[in-house]
Amino acid sequence: MLDPHGPVLDPPPGRPPAARGLGDRVFRYQLTATGVVVLGIMAAVGLFLLLRAAQALRATGPSFLTTAQWQPDVHKFGIAAVLTGTLLIAAVAVTLSVPLAVGTALFISDVAPRGLRRTLVSLVDLMAAVPSVVYGLWGLFFLQAHVIGLSRWLSDWFGWFPLFKVDGTHPGDPLASASVYTASAFVAGIVVALMVAPIQCSVMREVFAQAPAGEREGAYALGATRWGMIRAVVLPYGKGGMIGGTMLGLGRAMGETIAVYMIISPVFVIQPHILQTGSNSVSSLIALHYGDASSFGMSALMAAGLALFLLTLAVNFTASTIAARSRSGAQSEA
Amino acid sequence: MTVVEELAAPVEAEPATAQLPDVPRRIGGPTRSGVLALCGAAISGLCVSVLLFGELAPFSGALGFAVTWYAVFLVVYGVLTGLEENGQAVRDRVMTVVLWTAAGLLFSALAMVVGFTLWRGREALTYLNFFHQDMQAAGPLDPLGVGGIAHAMIGTLLMITIALLITVPLGLACAVYLNQIPGRFSRFVRTIVEAMTALPSIVAGLMVYAVWVLQLGMEKSGLAAGFAISVMMLPIVIRAADVVLRLVPGTLTEAAEALGAPRWRTVWHVVLPTARSGLATAVILGTARGIGETSPVLLTAGFTAATNYDPLHGPMISLPLAVFSFVRSPEPAMIARGFGAAAVLMALVLVLFVIARVIGGRGPGQQTRSQARRTARASRRDAARFAELRRPGLSLFDAPPHESPTTPPTPTPEPPAPTDGESAPQGPPAPADETATTSARSGGEADTEGAHGSGEAPAAADGESAPQGPAAPDDETATPSARSGGEADTEGAHGSGEAPAAADGESAPQGPPAPDDEPITGGAGGNENPAGGRDSTHQPAPEAAPAPGETTD
Repeated sequence: MLDPHGPVLDPPPGRPPAARGLGDRVFRYQLTATGVVVLGIMAAVGLFLLLRAAQALRATGPSFLTTAQWQPDVHKFGIAAVLTGTLLIAAVAVTLSVPLAVGTALFISDVAPRGLRRTLVSLVDLMAAVPSVVYGLWGLFFLQAHVIGLSRWLSDWFGWFPLFKVDGTHPGDPLASASVYTASAFVAGIVVALMVAPIQCSVMREVFAQAPAGEREGAYALGATRWGMIRAVVLPYGKGGMIGGTMLGLGRAMGETIAVYMIISPVFVIQPHILQTGSNSVSSLIALHYGDASSFGMSALMAAGLALFLLTLAVNFTASTIAARSRSGAQSEA
Repeated sequence: MTVVEELAAPVEAEPATAQLPDVPRRIGGPTRSGVLALCGAAISGLCVSVLLFGELAPFSGALGFAVTWYAVFLVVYGVLTGLEENGQAVRDRVMTVVLWTAAGLLFSALAMVVGFTLWRGREALTYLNFFHQDMQAAGPLDPLGVGGIAHAMIGTLLMITIALLITVPLGLACAVYLNQIPGRFSRFVRTIVEAMTALPSIVAGLMVYAVWVLQLGMEKSGLAAGFAISVMMLPIVIRAADVVLRLVPGTLTEAAEALGAPRWRTVWHVVLPTARSGLATAVILGTARGIGETSPVLLTAGFTAATNYDPLHGPMISLPLAVFSFVRSPEPAMIARGFGAAAVLMALVLVLFVIARVIGGRGPGQQTRSQARRTARASRRDAARFAELRRPGLSLFDAPPHESPTTPPTPTPEPPAPTDGESAPQGPPAPADETATTSARSGGEADTEGAHGSGEAPAAADGESAPQGPAAPDDETATPSARSGGEADTEGAHGSGEAPAAADGESAPQGPPAPDDEPITGGAGGNENPAGGRDSTHQPAPEAAPAPGETTD
């Protein structure tokens, strides 16, 4: 209610307080309540995982981080193998997706014909909305068969590099079985790369598009070519967005479940050879074992889930901090 | 800065640039020699790789062939460009090609993923029973003529409905909270929500499983799956809606506040309608993500081959989960069903996406034609209501004006008794146009309407409020007019970003508690001194007259 008799002769500058009168106070309380509820839900995720995981964590102690096998019913389990697998798959995915994402983002923001840009932005968003199970199908039934040649070539020529080594093959062995190259972290990584590239791309594009027009024109006025302008203005401006987008994609890549689960064949040893068949990830471990888990086994799975949760949370926080601290990332979004 | 450091050198190195004719420089776009160089490089790359793969080296494989072709193409293209351009231009051309390639790769991957799914799904989609039967009667070896995915479609529909019932009110309210009630707590909530947008979906499923199944002892059901999808969708929807709400022009909310609208009215009548299309897009994109998620459903819904309409009891299945379980079978018919279900899912996502794009294609505040018409109609209704209020019988505005020392002879010193009496001092051209008359009488209101059409109107409003200010006299008579004016304008302001300026003028009647000094402030929205304000009452009137004429036709 407006109080006409109030001594509001000299109203203070700035926004008036939100609660003026009953309606506003109710409004304010309701909104705050929704904020609290949302926060509560988000906190409950961590809380209940911790609660449920406590039993298993107490039973294994710190060896949870160093054990590779997963046999919770004899109390021998840990996430060393699955965590390595998760990180390797995510690393492959990010390595492949970042060049694609940066290139596409620059293409959309600066190179593409103007009439085409909106369509391309929509296509990138659509790509981010394609269900992961569809990517999984494509990876399993299409990509896998076509990527064996590349895997073999990589392992033949770069096998001296530990990551690309494949056990049980020799370069130039014509009888080598193709099956050692399937269901590997590399194949899963390619599929996950396609899933995270659009997310990274849309964050980066948004930041690139915000690069100040004055500086762009200044660069052109000084005689820069388009690529010179991009290097001198757009990329430095968008650095925060690029890092933030990359990290966001990394977080998504680590959490991806179904596509990875469909492609890899799970192993419970630390498998550093990304081209070789057999890998694992935390999320596919959960998807694999939730059905047949005993009560204690479920607690162990919860502990693995908690580890994944904390890992992605840390990555995301880092991403948003970097993006927020840079000049550009203020309005970046997923 | 870096721009100068990197670019100054070439510019200085070529003093000839000073003598160049005064035409704009081409920055992008194809040139004849560029296109020829591209074609030549492509052909040369093809020839070199055919030679390498066919004759010279023991290479093989389609992928290697393509990569060699591309590498040779890039090198040759660079050399060809270098024949007639300097190093900078060569780098620019080559990088342009590289960027085209990156985008082409990404989009062709998208086309391949979608196309492959739809192509492999065509087999199952030709069977009609695929759409209206469930898998109860179909054994693992049965052909496609038996069984379908009706149960999965129903399950998906129920789950996403539950998820939307939770996510939409909670998510939108939370986004409004983040925008409207700033503070340390809301900043904290925003940080958490942003960190949660990349919450692994299986963790969402695990959490609901821990709470619903383990803690509360409920069974796996469609409801639990709906909860899991909600947990996953909530941060996504909140974040997208938050971004959209931030795009609502601050001037609009300021206008509503300046008119005295309470915060909740501002949100309800200005912020949410302005952001409506963007909010719908946020929700629909969240829905598309929620529909496609497998892993939360995998943990919480159980698995069934039968149709289950009851989300409270018994296991349920969703489309992505059905895809997942179909393709784990080695039977070709099952795999075909999996692809069919994936194609249906993909089509669903595509449809949702197109709807989102159609709705969200406009920026905040841009109206469709029918919306603009509705807003104009509401404005006219308000104008009529104001005319009603200003009827002499009601005498709301007829109180004697306050004689303020700072405003010398105002154009409206005498109480405006007849309807046309006040428009007379408006200036000669103020005509028989009824809208103009309304604007003269209830200054800010009708001008808001004018602002729908043209950007000129706000200035008029500022001038207009000058007579309004000094005339705003005793507290109790001015207050009702100010309040009703505020509400009317809140509704009127939906459409246009120009309205706030008009509202600045309107805040003059807002200031009844400060009668003597405030009129200056009210008028000073556009003019610094009262005299200017008085002058402007004569000038903007002809400007204001055509503006309403545009919208009221």
